[in-house]
Amino acid sequence: MLKIEDFDSYYGQSQALRGFSISVSPGEVLCLLGRNGAGKTTALKSIMGIVPPKRGRISLNGVDLTALPPNRIPMHGIGYVPQGRRLFSELTVRENLEIGLMTRQTGAEAMERALSYFPALRERFHQRSGTLSGGEQSMLAMARALCIEPTILMLDEPTEGLMPSMIAAIRDVVVKLREEGVGILLVEQRIDAVLPVADRIAFMDHGEIKVEMEIDAVRADTSILKKYLGVGH
Amino acid sequence: MGLGPYLLLATLEGLVQAAVLCITAAGLSLVFGVMRVVNVAHGEFVMLGAVIAWYAASLLTGHPALGFVVALIISPLIVGAIAALSERLILKRLDYNPEATIVATIGLLYIIQQSVLILYGPDARPVDPPFYYTIRLPWFGYSAYKLFVIGAAILIMGLIWFVLQKTRAGLIMRATQFDRETAQAFGIPVDKVSAYVFALGAGLAAIAGILVVPIQQAHYLMGTDPLLLSFIVVIIGGLGSMSGTVVAAILIGLSDGILSMMFSPTLAKMVSTLLVALVLVFRPNGLFGKAAR
Repeated sequence: MLKIEDFDSYYGQSQALRGFSISVSPGEVLCLLGRNGAGKTTALKSIMGIVPPKRGRISLNGVDLTALPPNRIPMHGIGYVPQGRRLFSELTVRENLEIGLMTRQTGAEAMERALSYFPALRERFHQRSGTLSGGEQSMLAMARALCIEPTILMLDEPTEGLMPSMIAAIRDVVVKLREEGVGILLVEQRIDAVLPVADRIAFMDHGEIKVEMEIDAVRADTSILKKYLGVGH
Repeated sequence: MGLGPYLLLATLEGLVQAAVLCITAAGLSLVFGVMRVVNVAHGEFVMLGAVIAWYAASLLTGHPALGFVVALIISPLIVGAIAALSERLILKRLDYNPEATIVATIGLLYIIQQSVLILYGPDARPVDPPFYYTIRLPWFGYSAYKLFVIGAAILIMGLIWFVLQKTRAGLIMRATQFDRETAQAFGIPVDKVSAYVFALGAGLAAIAGILVVPIQQAHYLMGTDPLLLSFIVVIIGGLGSMSGTVVAAILIGLSDGILSMMFSPTLAKMVSTLLVALVLVFRPNGLFGKAAR
């Protein structure tokens, strides 16, 4: 189980996270929802150590990861698909996946497993990732993260800018991963993107988790969406 | 000598200069590409390489090739170690801040330069080439050592290409170059990569210094010209672009060599500077450069 307790994170003097606490269990999808600037992306970056929290504690399956440098966090099995995919655009599809393999010194079997979720990538194996379509880039970003064989996978708006068929394909993979016992922390802005896959939703505002609800409770009380996302449903 | 042979001689001299420049600028480009640090002390690593080559040649009596080979082995290691230490003690502590590291490497330049002045002295000292052989052409004789320098540069640049494109270390360097933040998220220790790359860049500069010292003597101020020309090369080629560095080094080396011989060294420097200005105006990222993330 991934457990975050009382993260306070800053950009310079500006506080971006305030007492941020969540937990993600194996085989569970927790969604972070909130408006632009609510602190969702910062939360993921703080978990990865890229924006190191000034206060708080992070542990995975009881192992304390708090003091680890950013490059050691993924070695414990936390996979990350950053916002905007952040592929190494000059590198080929294969090289991007090899970067994923470096993390845990895993071999070709891990790459094969990752590609089994996105077989279309095999045809683009030697193509520069910057020349892929948006959908293919999203698939590659997820496959790269899956190469580390994560126990926790963090996805930052993986469906952003994609057409509906591609959104459905990514959703299917998320469901499959959940069934396989991977804990998923999903950041989204749109409620319709998370309703079909989420088990719980945490609503964020001004760097804080305002409320955390089971998905059935959100479905039953859609006024919460108006309050934190400014949308009706 | 007729114009044709004279042009051939000037071209050969230009190619020798391009060869040394290619290795020097490759180090500078690699450091900027991966670390985003403009290393103003880079020329001093060339000078250190040359000075160590002089010490090796002086201490190891016998055939000049012995001192040359020993220098080729130990000089990049010593200079690389000095660079790695500087990276740990200075650049890392400045968090690789672009402006702060420029000032810091200016300081490093003076520390290295003045230390060499104290320990080695102000004199320019010659180092014998590892072999004396003159290739007799119908119009003039040409030093085989200078052709060896061109060959060595081709070999080294090929090696750099191989390491960057075909090895795990190269993949790590390229990933760090493209996006440090994401590289960290995939287990790459970007700080360590920076230390290794800074040492590698300095080691390449040292090799350039060893190759050039039998042609132009070791002197504590000899780092200035390679630094300026390397900056010209990496700006024209595109900061961080290795292929751009090679093309620009050949362009600048040839133009500098030919113009210096046919007209005057001053005109050659004016043309190089004009090229930089034109590139900065019309292609600010250089001929092969790309905007960094």
